[in-house]
Amino acid sequence: MAQVTLNGVGKTYPNGFEAVKPSSFDIADGEFVVLVGPSGCGKSTLLRMVAGLEDITAGSLNIGDREVNDVDPADRDVAMVFQNYALYPHMTVRKNIGYGLKNRGTSAAEIEAKVQDAAKMLDLSALLDRKPSQLSGGQRQRVAMGRAVVRDPALFLFDEPLSNLDAKLRNQMRIEIKALQRRLGVTSIYVTHDQVEAMTMADRIIVLNGGEIEQIGTPAEIYHNPASKFVASFMGAPPMNLIDAQLENGEIRMNGSTVLTAPSDQAYAGPVTMGIRPEDVVIDEAGSTPFTIEIVEELGAHRLLHGRLAGHAFTVHVGKESLANAGEVRLQIKPDAIRLFQPETGKAI
Amino acid sequence: MARSQTRKPFKWAPVFDHTILILGALFMLVPVVLAFVTSSHSAVQIAREGIMFVPGSHLGENYSKAMFEKGGFTATIDGMVMLKNSLILGLGFALGKIIISMLAAYALVYFRLRFATFAFWIIFTTLLLPLEVRILPSYEAIQRLDLANTYTGLIVPLIASATGTFFFRQFFRSVPEELAEAARIDGAGPVKFFIDILVPLSQTMIAAIFIIMFVFGWNQYLWPTLITTDEGLFTLVRGIKQIYQTMIDANSIPEYGQALALAIIAMLPPVLIVIFFQSWFVKGLTESDK
Repeated sequence: MAQVTLNGVGKTYPNGFEAVKPSSFDIADGEFVVLVGPSGCGKSTLLRMVAGLEDITAGSLNIGDREVNDVDPADRDVAMVFQNYALYPHMTVRKNIGYGLKNRGTSAAEIEAKVQDAAKMLDLSALLDRKPSQLSGGQRQRVAMGRAVVRDPALFLFDEPLSNLDAKLRNQMRIEIKALQRRLGVTSIYVTHDQVEAMTMADRIIVLNGGEIEQIGTPAEIYHNPASKFVASFMGAPPMNLIDAQLENGEIRMNGSTVLTAPSDQAYAGPVTMGIRPEDVVIDEAGSTPFTIEIVEELGAHRLLHGRLAGHAFTVHVGKESLANAGEVRLQIKPDAIRLFQPETGKAI
Repeated sequence: MARSQTRKPFKWAPVFDHTILILGALFMLVPVVLAFVTSSHSAVQIAREGIMFVPGSHLGENYSKAMFEKGGFTATIDGMVMLKNSLILGLGFALGKIIISMLAAYALVYFRLRFATFAFWIIFTTLLLPLEVRILPSYEAIQRLDLANTYTGLIVPLIASATGTFFFRQFFRSVPEELAEAARIDGAGPVKFFIDILVPLSQTMIAAIFIIMFVFGWNQYLWPTLITTDEGLFTLVRGIKQIYQTMIDANSIPEYGQALALAIIAMLPPVLIVIFFQSWFVKGLTESDK
């Protein structure tokens, strides 16, 4: 168990491509941090630098109170779960899980005891003598987890571990991984491109884009107060509605005519990008904003109404009790539902 | 059902295919069968009548003489010794090639060498330079190293293999990179990763290359002829020739029966190796999938 500190850690490839711009953050002991972002944002590279599989070209990385920039992956006291599990195909489950211990000179009896413990914890006891090819996707995932758990490392690293599973199994494994991490209290870094995984599993989320950290915060912070247009549109399904507008004297104008009241104490004036979460608006006869519903997506528990608001594409999220047919309705949009961003930089105002 | 069968036009394609296959099989097998049948006759009869089509009565005699009677110019070598020499050459050749080419491919694929691709192509172009092309310098080198008439001199100059390196390189590149990374995190160094992970994963490749290389090594003729003048190091393939040679030199009828017996025996190990490794090969394919 350990705290992890990144101080200006960056990666520039020999061809000059800067995959990860110098990034700094701390991960507390026992914390579950999720790195999330679109493909190519540098999240896996960052994780692999922590693992030691990729050289760090800038800054310093500490695990516990030891700088590990030049420490071999095997000596960093980390365990990693790979996207394709990376199980050794010719070894049984027992040998797969025990291999890391064997290489560290643990006695056979101790290996067996630890493997049994890990197998029990992960419900693998009956499968110990099978080969990976005889296991289902979920079981292979568990073996990969077992290989990490058995070593009792200071830090767990997960590289998109659930993306090869089907949706149902993914939801189940998500909960299992989270529960296991809680129980063991091991500091964890988890990489995913799936914002649902990030939201549900993380103590803290780090959103990356283009090799740069966009925002660090708890899932609630990230969701409700996105630091940029990118975060606003990346986190949440459906994403936040983003509309270019004009802010003047506490009023937001869209296409000259439609007017909304801006959130309070805004000194800024000029062009803005306005962000509204689909569930933060209410259909209300007395509402001030006209909205044209074009398509209704029925999702059982709720509905998504896709349409146009002042000529811009807009989505509204309503409960199943709300009647919804295509046509003209009026929306109630409260000022505190509105987030404002600078149109050029994308940063929150 | 019956009607639809009667309606079906007679298919000539399978007949044609099978005709070709049967002719091919006969083409391969008839000489072997004739050699075997002829090897059961006495030398005098063969010298008089040529190839025989019915089995004769000297089968046991020819084979035991070929295998156990000291022959050759110096009368120091029998068939068993030649069989042993051939096995040493075949095994040394195949294992040497596998070890060398696996290590070379491992270096090329898993280590960040500056000129790895260039080095690979250099190795690859040596395919254009088989032993026969470099035979004089190779002979000179072995001679000066005092390795003529030794197993080392017989085997070592032949074990560098561009083909093997190429096959293993392609195979290693298909092994998922995460496996190497997982092993690194699991504390396996380069040697351990090679022995614990790569070698077991390569089983089927090793079996396939072993078959090819063993047969290739077993059938070597030119190089052993050059490098071994000591009859104690003669291989079976050379021994067959030797039987005629000494007899002709001695102005007597060559022991055709014994020579053919030796030829049949020389054919057996490669055939056995292929049969044995084929079942192993299939087992490896079905049991370990990635």
